[in-house]
Amino acid sequence: MRAPRLLRTLAFRIVLLYLAVFALSAVAIVAFTYWNTERALNAQTDYAVSLDITALSDRYDRFGLAGLTDTIVNRTMHGGATLYLLTDSAKRPIVGNLDAWPNVISVDGSLVEFDYVRRVGGRLEQHRARGRQFSLTGDFELLVARDVAERHESERLFTTMLPWSVALMIVLGLVGGALISRNFLARLDSINRTSRKIMAGDLSRRLPVGRGGDEFDLLAANLNRMLERTDRLMRGMREVTDSVAHDLRTPLNRLRNRLEGALKLLDPQTAAGAEIEAAVEETDRLIATFNALLLIAEAEAGVAREAMAPVDLRNIVEGMAELYAPFAEEKGVTLAIAPSGSAIIDGNQSLISQALANLLDNAIKYTPAGQRVVVAVEDRPDGIALSVSDTGPGIPPEDRTRVLDRFVRLEASRHSPGTGLGLSLVAAVARLHDARLEFADNRPGLRAILVFAAGINRPPSLPPPSAQRSAALA
Amino acid sequence: MRILVVEDDLEAQRYLVNGLKEAGHVVDDAADGEVGLTLALSRPYDVAIIDRMLPGIDGLKLVSEMRDHGNTIPVLFLSALSEVDDRVRGLKAGGDDYLTKPYAFVELLARVDALMRRRHPAAVKTQLQVGDLELDLLTRTAQRNGTAIDLQPREFRLLEYLMRHAGQVVTRTMLLESVWEYHFDPQTNVIDVHISRLRAKIDKGFEMPLLHTVRGAGYMIRARA
Repeated sequence: MRAPRLLRTLAFRIVLLYLAVFALSAVAIVAFTYWNTERALNAQTDYAVSLDITALSDRYDRFGLAGLTDTIVNRTMHGGATLYLLTDSAKRPIVGNLDAWPNVISVDGSLVEFDYVRRVGGRLEQHRARGRQFSLTGDFELLVARDVAERHESERLFTTMLPWSVALMIVLGLVGGALISRNFLARLDSINRTSRKIMAGDLSRRLPVGRGGDEFDLLAANLNRMLERTDRLMRGMREVTDSVAHDLRTPLNRLRNRLEGALKLLDPQTAAGAEIEAAVEETDRLIATFNALLLIAEAEAGVAREAMAPVDLRNIVEGMAELYAPFAEEKGVTLAIAPSGSAIIDGNQSLISQALANLLDNAIKYTPAGQRVVVAVEDRPDGIALSVSDTGPGIPPEDRTRVLDRFVRLEASRHSPGTGLGLSLVAAVARLHDARLEFADNRPGLRAILVFAAGINRPPSLPPPSAQRSAALA
Repeated sequence: MRILVVEDDLEAQRYLVNGLKEAGHVVDDAADGEVGLTLALSRPYDVAIIDRMLPGIDGLKLVSEMRDHGNTIPVLFLSALSEVDDRVRGLKAGGDDYLTKPYAFVELLARVDALMRRRHPAAVKTQLQVGDLELDLLTRTAQRNGTAIDLQPREFRLLEYLMRHAGQVVTRTMLLESVWEYHFDPQTNVIDVHISRLRAKIDKGFEMPLLHTVRGAGYMIRARA
């Protein structure tokens, strides 16, 4: 887990990139310097050889073959780094300190390089030489060269050492990069850990700000200022929902009280009594819609994040299926739970239950008698999916986003009861849990899927929570 | 029974007090937290109905203070606040039940009756009986007139709750909260279906029905029609 994590850090990636650029430039500079030096040395050798050849050729012109051989014998008598060989047209040696015409590699025109065997302190060594061949009038061939063994050796060293040096540079760079990114990671980890706790609902937390005043400290300080503002907004939002709730519920309460009071004075069999009774029912529908809207607003404002705790989706599914099974059966619909293991997420038990209730309610209502509704909890690569599949009329693809808008009810369902807020609440609950609400084609029917991020920041090995709140009132 | 009502909305208070008096209770009222606390600590009540938001001492604070003084009378919170976390806060502060405004008076009355029943529990029972229907809480079995009735675990809990409140109106919300532990309004009245199944098991084939529907309120189990 550790190594891939390190590789994914920005710091490490920057180090890698820098390392690549550095390695390439270092190789390029060394290669360029080497090439230039070699060129200068070769030019020097070539110039010296050219001078020699000019002198020897001059000698030949003035004193003939004998003069030339004399000079060559003279020059080769005391050893030295210069090689001479004079041959006839068939390259048979006449005079010189090379035994035979070597296998020359032509470099450029008359310029050649070749290997020859040289005696050094009693040992025979193969050396590289560089020189020029020259044809003399009268069908003689003259080869003049200088021993370039030292240059050749350093060239060989260079070509074998260079890859090793680059490899060493890369290894050292990687180690350095890992150290730098670990340091970065440690700083970022503390910021990330705290942010996750804050996202989980603890808005009172703040990021640790060091005393160094470096970029990380500035980042943490800025984030803290943002948190301060978010915290204030959230508290404001809560105050607004609370005061809207209070300011509307108080008069609604009085209204309902008065209607109930009036109903007590009237005989429900009379026309007036029936009217008042209808008014009470209408008030209750109004209250239900208002409560649903308020709940959506709270869920969307993240007010309910405080009540987040580990919850087992399977428990919620089993409980809710148990509650709805008789209702489904009465409609002739089979309600089935697909088998699954426990699936623990961070969530608000009550709101998830209510969202599932709304989905089940819809599914059962729209599924024709004799068919089935399936509830499933699945571990998917992208999270934990809670799905409700029916075989009803489904939702046409073009309406699938529209149904999440408040109060939208599709033409086909206008006649059936409901506030039109059921799916909006499901969507709001999904947003509160950073979950995704998807509608898929069940061929035929609708598959509504809530995809929760798996096991948010608690290890899944935690024992299932006792999320049932102390609410038994019996 | 003596009931304390602490409610600052005077119209709601008047309605509440009249309704409770009509139901045969003795009622004291207070319009703010201080008076409410003084009354709660100085007189013996069976139940207190306390608004969540009060001038002076807030409803939550009032109940915490009562509990700090060793006062254990059952408290029903009335709240006009948004609901998600507020219920938990109310119960944590020492409330025993929580009702969101606007409420139906029958709902309130049913909850007050349930709280009073809790205040004066009969000796610990291992058996509940209503008419010829018997429920054995140890063996988790039910029988009527000697005939065993086969109940699912949830049906057993439902029947147990109804029988513990025999002769009292029990609302659908109370059943959903107590038997299923859910605190929301299902769009469809799923409770009714559970009740009709239970009714089929305990009343079918018997001359005298025990499980009654109370129109506009909920259900009641009792021996006499």
